[in-house]
Amino acid sequence: MKSLDPRVNRLNLSQTSEGEVHTNTHLVTWEVFHQEKRGKQAVHVGIVHASTPEMALILAKEQFARRGRTANLWVARTSDIYTFRTDDEDMFATVPEKLFREPAAYKVRERIEKFQQQNKC
Amino acid sequence: MYGSTNLTEQDAKRMSDTSAEDPQKLAEFEDRIARGEKIEPDDWMPAEYRRQLIRMIEQHAHSEIVGALPEGTWITRAPNFRRKLALIAKVQDEIGHGQLLYSAAETLGKTREQMLDDLLNGRSKYSNIFNYPAKTWADIAVIGFLVDGAAIVNQVINSKGSYGPYCRALERICYEESFHLKQGHDNFVYLATGTKQQREMLQDAINRWYRPLLHFFGPPDHLSAHSEKLMKWKVKLASNDDMRNQFLDQYVPKILELGLTLPDPNLRKNADGRWEFSDPDWEEFKRVINGDGPCNKERLAVRRYAELAGRWVREALMKPNDTYKVPLA
Repeated sequence: MKSLDPRVNRLNLSQTSEGEVHTNTHLVTWEVFHQEKRGKQAVHVGIVHASTPEMALILAKEQFARRGRTANLWVARTSDIYTFRTDDEDMFATVPEKLFREPAAYKVRERIEKFQQQNKC
Repeated sequence: MYGSTNLTEQDAKRMSDTSAEDPQKLAEFEDRIARGEKIEPDDWMPAEYRRQLIRMIEQHAHSEIVGALPEGTWITRAPNFRRKLALIAKVQDEIGHGQLLYSAAETLGKTREQMLDDLLNGRSKYSNIFNYPAKTWADIAVIGFLVDGAAIVNQVINSKGSYGPYCRALERICYEESFHLKQGHDNFVYLATGTKQQREMLQDAINRWYRPLLHFFGPPDHLSAHSEKLMKWKVKLASNDDMRNQFLDQYVPKILELGLTLPDPNLRKNADGRWEFSDPDWEEFKRVINGDGPCNKERLAVRRYAELAGRWVREALMKPNDTYKVPLA
């Protein structure tokens, strides 16, 4: 094979064996969390493949901190993260109805004014 | 053709048959997509939706890492230090985009390693345009400006799709691609406004890349297998001809304003806004995609070399007791 790339020619790639290739390595994935500034939350941004936390951090830095601002990165093994099932989302459905948890649900001004009128204070 | 959704006849037939799916779940799924909701990895989805998405995202990922090869060959020969730094940064971005896309596809249940195997064994494709050589430095200007421009047209459209992880990856990718486009345009304009020799080199590169660029968005609509399902499921969001037209609309004026030409006497914009052009030889497109292009063998040989030469490193890194779990999002 005569390539236009001098590096490819130096590699003598025609010597590489033909036939099926099976990638025998299968690294686990790590979920990556990016913190933009000190004092802000870390936000999930994606995954990297790695065999140790150190390697995961290096790859996360290359992948998710190439641009913009970064204060820190967190990584956690995907298998160490527990979540609800997505189709259980309806368990959160009644939250908006629970107005007794909201400050806006407590209005006493009218009651105070009515009391003041009745008692002429 | 980055996230190519060109179907074979067989695929199109399989897509139209959803009789194996639970009709109620299928209806709920289609309602969610129609409402503009995103589908996430552990949501219910039809088997064909999963299959087509894996195929498309995987091809897109392969295109990123194979696409870095023609440009990577010019890093050692960049004309000055600033261009060299920009090219290194761009090539690193492309590999990063490949990783983001492999990760998005992995959430659908196919591991990155299986995808890399399929690339090397020829079972899955990458964008045809990377089977052409980058002969001179002007090719790098054309790739950085026009090939990336075409890719952005495709990627911006695809980022409005229905699969959450793919959309999020594409948003990050599009943000970085805007740097690729700007540095490509800068390089392009410098050559176009440079010496006679630089202009000639650039014109020659444009002439060679014109047809592959028309091929980029896939065969014309009247020659490709269709699937209403892919459109309905928001896997494909615009037809090949519509994307090609949008590309010509955006980029032809930017080439002509520099006094450069395109090697096609029939290229013109009609009153209805559609671009007309000569047949870019779809037989050649087919030949190249089936393996008989100028660089197909070299591209795969380089990937195969990287795989085999780096194997001992990856083996040394393996932790046999780690339990694999499909990534979350």
